[in-house]
Amino acid sequence: MTSAVEDPVYWKPRSKGWFIAAVAAVFMALAVDVLVPDVQGVDTLPYQIFLGAAAVALLALWGASAFSASLRKKLYHQAQFIFAVGITLAVWDLLSTKSNILTLPFFPGPAQIIKVMVRERVLLLVSTAYSMKLFFVGLITGTTLGLVTGVLIGWYRQWNYWLFPVIKITGVIPAVAWIPIAIVLFPDSFTAGVFLIAIASWFSVAFMVSSGITSTPKAYYEVAKTLGAKENFLLFKIAVPNAVPNIFTGVSTATGFSFLTLIVSEMVGAKAGLGWYINWAKGWSAYDKVYASIIIMAVAFSIILAVLTLSRNYILRWQRGILK
Amino acid sequence: MSNGQSSFIEIRQINRVYFDTTGRQTVALQDVDLDIEKGEFISFIGPSGCGKTTLLRLIAGLDSPQSGTLKMEGKPVGKPSHERGYVFQQAALFPWKTVEDNIATGLKARNIYKEKKGDVAKYIDMIGLNGFEKAYPHEISGGMAQRVAIARALINEPKVLLLDEPLGALDAFTRIDLQNTIRKIWEATGTTIALVTHDVDEAIFMSDHIVIMTARPGKISEIVDVKLTGERDRNDNDFIVLRRYVLDKLHLAGGHDKPQPVPLEDRVIGGDGEAI
Repeated sequence: MTSAVEDPVYWKPRSKGWFIAAVAAVFMALAVDVLVPDVQGVDTLPYQIFLGAAAVALLALWGASAFSASLRKKLYHQAQFIFAVGITLAVWDLLSTKSNILTLPFFPGPAQIIKVMVRERVLLLVSTAYSMKLFFVGLITGTTLGLVTGVLIGWYRQWNYWLFPVIKITGVIPAVAWIPIAIVLFPDSFTAGVFLIAIASWFSVAFMVSSGITSTPKAYYEVAKTLGAKENFLLFKIAVPNAVPNIFTGVSTATGFSFLTLIVSEMVGAKAGLGWYINWAKGWSAYDKVYASIIIMAVAFSIILAVLTLSRNYILRWQRGILK
Repeated sequence: MSNGQSSFIEIRQINRVYFDTTGRQTVALQDVDLDIEKGEFISFIGPSGCGKTTLLRLIAGLDSPQSGTLKMEGKPVGKPSHERGYVFQQAALFPWKTVEDNIATGLKARNIYKEKKGDVAKYIDMIGLNGFEKAYPHEISGGMAQRVAIARALINEPKVLLLDEPLGALDAFTRIDLQNTIRKIWEATGTTIALVTHDVDEAIFMSDHIVIMTARPGKISEIVDVKLTGERDRNDNDFIVLRRYVLDKLHLAGGHDKPQPVPLEDRVIGGDGEAI
């Protein structure tokens, strides 16, 4: 659909030529890997399958976009970027696997990393699952504690008086500083990790919830009172709903802190998880595995953030138009 | 208005003083006496700072006086209650609730939502917002928001509805439209209504009595009875005479150096409006 109004997000909708170039660039990366002789002696089949699958997926999306104008717009908007990715992969492949200018083990080529991901898939999967479990248990614990303390200090003067200074002071300490204490306090690395991530997320959630509650417009309380509301109603049906946008801001911040704390705490004390895996691979100078786990982290964390954004957009749909 | 002991709302010798951060005091209301009878439509009009909103907030129980008594049906007004509905100038709808959820707030706050669920549709119908039940406040206009705010107060079937310049922020067309709606609601429900306004036409068009107030200190200067019969017409001669009278009074109240206006009884009623 051609529209005179420029889409603020997908503002490159007319890049049909670039889309063809993007598909061609992915095929070229594949051709480079297949045709240029291999210097490093890497099993490049997984990488070739990956590139082939990527090219086929692009073509399939393009076919599907015949029925969806918005999909086509998005696809064309991304075309230049995909093109650049294809070129980068080809150049990287030439510099590493095909010429050994970037040497092993520290600078593996894309084929090497993909191969390692396939070969190590079981251990990587287990590590990812362990990390995700730790992450969610820690984040949910911390967020729950943050919600409770945030409501208490936002609503009750006494709680505010006693707890707010504590949160303010301890909240500025990076959670990883507690690692030595966590190791002593908790029987195993999992509970210690949960503790650290809970600490990392607790304060930002508590702080945002309490400020969301205290910033509730006085008029809302007055309206509710003249409608017959008692204190519980004012707190749970007026103040807390008003704090929901803040809660999301707090949880987003907490999520970021938690990623950091998760990996650092796993690198230091744990016997499993992606952080542990990176450290272990580093010990063996297996940098291809390090890169592989970094890529998995990027994907996993991006998915978590995307889910958070989607649920935020849904729950805060009443806000659309007010903010933006 | 009556001077008897059994007024519906009885305000006696109310004083309310505000102190700012420097300790300077503003007398919002001084020795105010007022009676409001059941079923009346009464308006408060006056310059800013005359304490008309303060008086309304006192009746609602949102504020309390330093001295004096305020009773409704013989009982002192304490905390805010669903018996005294209040509508603010800014509709103050809860932005996270849809139109119908906003209107249902009172029922939910009083734990009677289950039994009275059906009322929500009834009041949406009354304010003419059918089709907007699921809309969020940011999706509706200011006039519609104020309709929702009125329905939200009405669903509790309050004994008195307190309207604090509810139409002040609306454009002229929406205002007149809503004035008609409020009149109709008043006629249909028989609820006592007290309206704060700065619009003389609005006060005359809508109410039985107009309480004219003066500022610094806030006092009642005069209560004008609106004796217009039948459908009120803003271009009717009696309407115009009354408008001039109230305006004259207000100019005086505003401290302008003007001669004492001719008393209402001496003004020509039913004659040529221009000749007055």
